[in-house]
Amino acid sequence: MGIASDLSRKALLPAAVLGISGLLLAGCGAAPEEETPGAGSETGTESTGTPAVGTENSDYTGCIVSDQGGFDDRSFNQSSYEGLKSAEEDFGITVREAESTSPTDFTPNVNSMLQAGCDTIIGVGFLLGDTIKPIAAANEDTHFVGVDVTDPEFPDNVQRIIYDTAQGAFLAGYLSAGVSETGKVATYGGAEIPTVTIFMDGFAAGVEYYNEQKDADVQVLGWNREAKNGSFTGDFENQAAGKTNTTNFINEGADIIMPVAGPVGLGTLDAVTEANAAGKDAKVVWVDSDGYLTTDQGEVILTSVMKLMGEAVHDVIEADLAGEFSSEPYVGTLENGGVALAPFHDLDAAVSDELKAELEEIKAGIVDGSITVGSDYSPES
Amino acid sequence: MSAVTTQAGPRPGASGPAAGRPDGGSALRHMMSGNGMVTVLAIVLSLVISAVLIILTDEEVLEALGYFFARPQDTLVAAWEAVAAAYAALFRGAVFNYRAEDFTGMIYPFMESLTLSTPLIIISLGIAISFRSGLFNIGGQGQMIIGAVFATFFGVHLQLPFGVHLLLVVIMGILGGALWGSIVGILKAATGAHEVILTIMLNYIAVYLVAYLLQTPVLQREGSTNPVSDFLEPTAVFPPLLGDSFRLNWGFVVAVLTTVFAWWLIQRSTIGFQLRAVGANPAAARTAGVSVKRMYVVAMVISGGLAGLAGVSQVSGTEKVLNTDVAGSFGFDAITVALLGRSNPVGVFFAGLLFGALRAGGVTMQTETGVPIDIVLIIQSLIVLFIAAPPLVRTIFRLPEPDPLQARTGADPVTQPALAGAAAATTTTAGGTASAAESAVIGDAVGVAAGDAASPASPAETASPAEAAAPAGAQRGTPDAGPPPGGRVTASPTQDTTGEDGEQR
Repeated sequence: MGIASDLSRKALLPAAVLGISGLLLAGCGAAPEEETPGAGSETGTESTGTPAVGTENSDYTGCIVSDQGGFDDRSFNQSSYEGLKSAEEDFGITVREAESTSPTDFTPNVNSMLQAGCDTIIGVGFLLGDTIKPIAAANEDTHFVGVDVTDPEFPDNVQRIIYDTAQGAFLAGYLSAGVSETGKVATYGGAEIPTVTIFMDGFAAGVEYYNEQKDADVQVLGWNREAKNGSFTGDFENQAAGKTNTTNFINEGADIIMPVAGPVGLGTLDAVTEANAAGKDAKVVWVDSDGYLTTDQGEVILTSVMKLMGEAVHDVIEADLAGEFSSEPYVGTLENGGVALAPFHDLDAAVSDELKAELEEIKAGIVDGSITVGSDYSPES
Repeated sequence: MSAVTTQAGPRPGASGPAAGRPDGGSALRHMMSGNGMVTVLAIVLSLVISAVLIILTDEEVLEALGYFFARPQDTLVAAWEAVAAAYAALFRGAVFNYRAEDFTGMIYPFMESLTLSTPLIIISLGIAISFRSGLFNIGGQGQMIIGAVFATFFGVHLQLPFGVHLLLVVIMGILGGALWGSIVGILKAATGAHEVILTIMLNYIAVYLVAYLLQTPVLQREGSTNPVSDFLEPTAVFPPLLGDSFRLNWGFVVAVLTTVFAWWLIQRSTIGFQLRAVGANPAAARTAGVSVKRMYVVAMVISGGLAGLAGVSQVSGTEKVLNTDVAGSFGFDAITVALLGRSNPVGVFFAGLLFGALRAGGVTMQTETGVPIDIVLIIQSLIVLFIAAPPLVRTIFRLPEPDPLQARTGADPVTQPALAGAAAATTTTAGGTASAAESAVIGDAVGVAAGDAASPASPAETASPAEAAAPAGAQRGTPDAGPPPGGRVTASPTQDTTGEDGEQR
């Protein structure tokens, strides 16, 4: 015992010396000059130029309250947060943030933001809608923004940011049906909530449309449009469940899978990569952000149904700075670019030019109204 | 706080003679080595460690650290400012906002702390009662959810006058939780299944059950596609306690009343006596004539009922609406609070207040200083970690070793009623038996963890007439190894007979 501890001490000594010297070196930087008063730091980025509302709006406070997913959820909390951060960079506003760990935190967080004197309070997630509604009614001078708040009837100082993601998913469904070699595509969700099922429903609708147009018989696993039910993992955390689900779909013959489950979708990427190594040729349709850029396994991602929340939050803040706050909900669509299909990146060759042209036509059709997605989950704007 | 934890012993009276023992040293020494001191110091220690974390994650500190040797004072000043700002915000958010313009704003944080602690106190009392009965109920989450589901169903779909409606909703919530708890109690009593496994599984069932029900017309809000219920009718909601400017409602009064009830139940009632007997030593309780199986069911029904009541206090008090996350982390926080309160109702009440205050303050700390709310969770966890290891705290602060009485009550904060009586007897008999007593403590602790393992060693050899005289002495009674010596043989049946009589009335 004594020998062992002696030995470990000897072994530890060099490591400790290294560690301490590292700390010493790290602490050897030069002290900055005392800041002279009046020499405020420059804000704003050069590339964007000077926005109309100016880059010095530090007296404007934009605040954001997450739902229990937190700002690092690789999904709507994160995109909204990044949107506010980009507004901070571009317009020089002051930003405050509060993460919620459970719905119990919502009201305290929003109230705390009010106390802190926020001009605009952004609540992310449909559950924040119930929290915002009474608080907004009692605080008419403060503006509120509800991201993904689908329930209607809010006071005039609330703007909702919602998305008709069924439109983008419709394109993805059509694309998947066209690319699939097995004639089976699949989708699953994290939890059965409208912001998830709208993707699944739009995806299935796109496949149906393909079948009608081409007289084909591509099947959708994981979502039934008639019965309005499908396959769900139960939460937005369990990646293993996503992997199991995906492996099952692949074994049933599906070769394109669209997970609508935030980080759970990473399990799908793993499953598809493994299946491809074993000789399959499966692909993934990502959602929310361009998965080719935000994940490490972009080579299996055919495309992504993007929900550009960051841009929406950024624009809402800009409008508010310009004194043009509106209680009309912002509905992201293919038309206004709030919803879009990401580039095909590595798998560009898998999509025929004919299919690409058809996708453009369908997109134009959805924008001008000649093609209806017909999802019951689409927001009524 | 020290007054609270002194009572952590089963009989408040027991600490009196113990404190006055001639060989136990001064009153100061007693205080310093007591549980109360350990609790306070555990809180201080966790605040200090969290301060280090705040410093290490503060951007300005890290920046100043880069030129530490050129101008060290920058680092120190930045570190001090980061911690001071964070803890000042914590205080402003939890206790008193000295920056507010009016009185309402000043006391708002305290009211918010009370509001947030309400469900926590109620559910923790339920967990504490199960702990005292030797059951490790970690199903608070599930029981709370089912209670909230029952309460919401009757609160949304019925039209009744105020008072009647609220009362019905409260009763239904308690029933719901009690039902969910009774499943565990019955299964454990009938089949010997372990309550930890049962409660974990029932948690899952409850979580997915509420998620399902919120997708069906049973609970889903009309016209909404989101998994959220309608708001409860105004007649089914606890009215505000101190006006509309605070979220504090009559649910807090319910929490206070529940604390009194739990204290009475555990300390004064016949059922509570039997529950503690089962918790201390099931084999001895059985020998003494207590129906251990029945007590398992009773304990789980009461524990679950209180968890259900906590669910009511959420849907009918603070939130007024049911969603899938209604139980939040309450079910597991409650275990922590019950441990911190040493399963003593009054201790649980104050532990719940502390956690509610940390929760409320954490929000302000997050919004005003940008320190993540996770720091609050770290503070809470560290407090309990230190509470669970009293010798660690004593070593750090060089506190005197406790006398054996406190060693016993301190070593096992979860259950173990009646230990004080036995230990007092031990110490008065002879100092040399301390080690025997300690081994008994370890045995008891294992017994708690395993649910119902019998205590392997009993300090029976140290028993004295004084012990038999103590009302709780019966439970100390004895393990299955042979008939108990001394006066306890006669004491046990007597105690128990009165118990059974009292119950049948």
